[in-house]
Amino acid sequence: MATDIASPSASAAAKRPGSYDLPGALKESAITAGVAAVLAFPFLGLQANNDGPELVLLTRWELFFWAVAVVFVGRMLLTVFRWRSDARAKSAEGLKAFGAKFQRYNVWIGLAGAIFAFTLPMWPFADRYVVDIATTFLIYVMLGWGLNIVVGLAGLLDLGYVAFYAVGAYSYALLATMFDWSFWICLPLAGLFAATFGVILGFPVLRLRGDYLAIVTLGFGEIIRVVLINWYDVTNGPDGIGSIPRPTFFGYAFDRSPEEGTMAFHQLLGIDFDSMHRIIFLYFLILILALITNAFTLRVRKLPIGRGWEALREDEIACRSLGMNPTNTKLSAFAIGAMFGGFAGSFFATRQGFISPESFTFIESAIILAIVVLGGMGSQLGVVIAAFVLVIVPEWLREFAEYRMLLFGLAMVLIMVWRPRGLLSHRDPTVRLHPPGYVPRHGVEAQKVQAQEAELAAKAK
Amino acid sequence: MLRVSGVHTYYGQIHALKGVDVEVNEGEIVTLIGSNGAGKTTLLMTVCGSPQAARGEIVFQGQDITRIPTHKLVELGIAQSPEGRRIFPRMTVYENLQMGALRADPGHFEKDLRRVYDLFPRLEERKSQRGGTLSGGEQQMLAIGRALMSRPKLLLLDEPSLGIAPLVVRQIFEAIKEINRTQGMTVFLVEQNAFHALKLAHRAYVMVNGNITMSGSGRELLDNPEIRAAYLEGGH
Repeated sequence: MATDIASPSASAAAKRPGSYDLPGALKESAITAGVAAVLAFPFLGLQANNDGPELVLLTRWELFFWAVAVVFVGRMLLTVFRWRSDARAKSAEGLKAFGAKFQRYNVWIGLAGAIFAFTLPMWPFADRYVVDIATTFLIYVMLGWGLNIVVGLAGLLDLGYVAFYAVGAYSYALLATMFDWSFWICLPLAGLFAATFGVILGFPVLRLRGDYLAIVTLGFGEIIRVVLINWYDVTNGPDGIGSIPRPTFFGYAFDRSPEEGTMAFHQLLGIDFDSMHRIIFLYFLILILALITNAFTLRVRKLPIGRGWEALREDEIACRSLGMNPTNTKLSAFAIGAMFGGFAGSFFATRQGFISPESFTFIESAIILAIVVLGGMGSQLGVVIAAFVLVIVPEWLREFAEYRMLLFGLAMVLIMVWRPRGLLSHRDPTVRLHPPGYVPRHGVEAQKVQAQEAELAAKAK
Repeated sequence: MLRVSGVHTYYGQIHALKGVDVEVNEGEIVTLIGSNGAGKTTLLMTVCGSPQAARGEIVFQGQDITRIPTHKLVELGIAQSPEGRRIFPRMTVYENLQMGALRADPGHFEKDLRRVYDLFPRLEERKSQRGGTLSGGEQQMLAIGRALMSRPKLLLLDEPSLGIAPLVVRQIFEAIKEINRTQGMTVFLVEQNAFHALKLAHRAYVMVNGNITMSGSGRELLDNPEIRAAYLEGGH
């Protein structure tokens, strides 16, 4: 409830690092307490109770008083000990250095993460709940990586990414329930459909950038959802599509008693039936799908098309003058980003077994975009960390009940204060000519550097 | 090589170019000077097809390019260093140069790279540095180097001296001269810095309010009292 407002005296205190002025701190605390009082009066001071048919207003002065007092003292302590801007700058600096160091070991961290992910179901703590959460987490990682192509690499702000997720999910659900096709046939088709929708969205927005593009993509996401709700004959409207077939292990179902003439997974391996098999299988499925997305992005960044996307993000006019066709470049980014969204969508459908337009609301788009932006646009590892923050942390905070979202909001604010460009915002060159911190010691370059230094020294004299 | 005849360009209601004729012959450095807002950049942009000319004709090596989209021009052999440099700030110098060779035969990438590095040794020193961390002059060198990576026949330069220290401007103009001399590169240079541009150019045009008002050899214009009064004295 403590609403911090930077008041003018904060800068006054900053002028004398190491010291603070008591009147200023008192004044600041009083202002903060005042704001807290204004907010706390309706939220805490008043309580509406149902007394039979009537609504009775009760006052809770004690609680109100305590809240304001806590804010006052808290703000005072912050001013005295931490909230001076030099301390703040130092902590931001430290975090930045940490981010840079973190990125240097990018590859190793990624590798360790992948190994951990592959062995996760074997760890002792990995019960059904953990694997389930990990699967959800990986869906968001995959969506984040998919959207990263559009937003992070190509710089096209897409607020309707969930539309492609929905297209993928419905493609799979409809193909599987209507034609009885297997997951492995539907998956590429769902990706293809989503990519087609990516191109359909791409065409009208080719000339838009930034805010305008964001608004149109937002609208597109909503259109898809509204169509799904209203096109009752095909999509079954708000009732959704149920009993979507589960994926099979190359034809071997994860059922206790398989259909006549088929074999189940546990029979194939000659082990006892366990409902965990399917959960773990789904987990590995999304893990592999997500890693394919990642591998694709890492590879494509080194190819002309991926470099083209990055160039487009930086300067469209320059791209055109260098002979790049911006139309094709943009469309390909939309299409490929959408395709991975579609893959994730069909995985979602097969995992849930039931989908409805409810699952594809704007908030999903917002979360996926937040993952990309928080992670640091274009950073693959950043997406994983941000997905962790946005998906796993709220799950942990579940025990804090209604304060969950509050803590979550606080975490977001802190990230934006300390790392306004995302957790890992540094772009790695695709071609490494020298390791970081390299100083030439031999050869032509070294001679040049020496000559340059000599020249500078001569000039200085 | 490049012939612009009777070109009119509009920005909405604004009549920016009012029948411009310019000719650039093979192996020449031709400059276009004029004050702010005269339409110099517009002419260059019109040659590049964005905006397209409303009337008139632009011919490059016998081919009508009036309606050809910008991104196709590189394949024809026209490279452009656009106004304001427009390098890719988050990419390294090397990556920027790679982008320049997007439409070139990868077989001679190394050779072209060497040539650019020889022309601007600073770029080689800074090859793994991000474009955005370069100084203005270095960014301009990068923009020119990047344009050269496509092995153009005609190089279009828009105000390479804009916002750059005088010493570096001289370096860059030296480099332009050298490309022209050693590689026979045809250069069409739009400049506000009339003194340097006229000294460098074989021929020059003067633009006022969307019209070409004067043309001649660089030397002639440099000695012309009107030009001296309007563009050379007072300020530069």
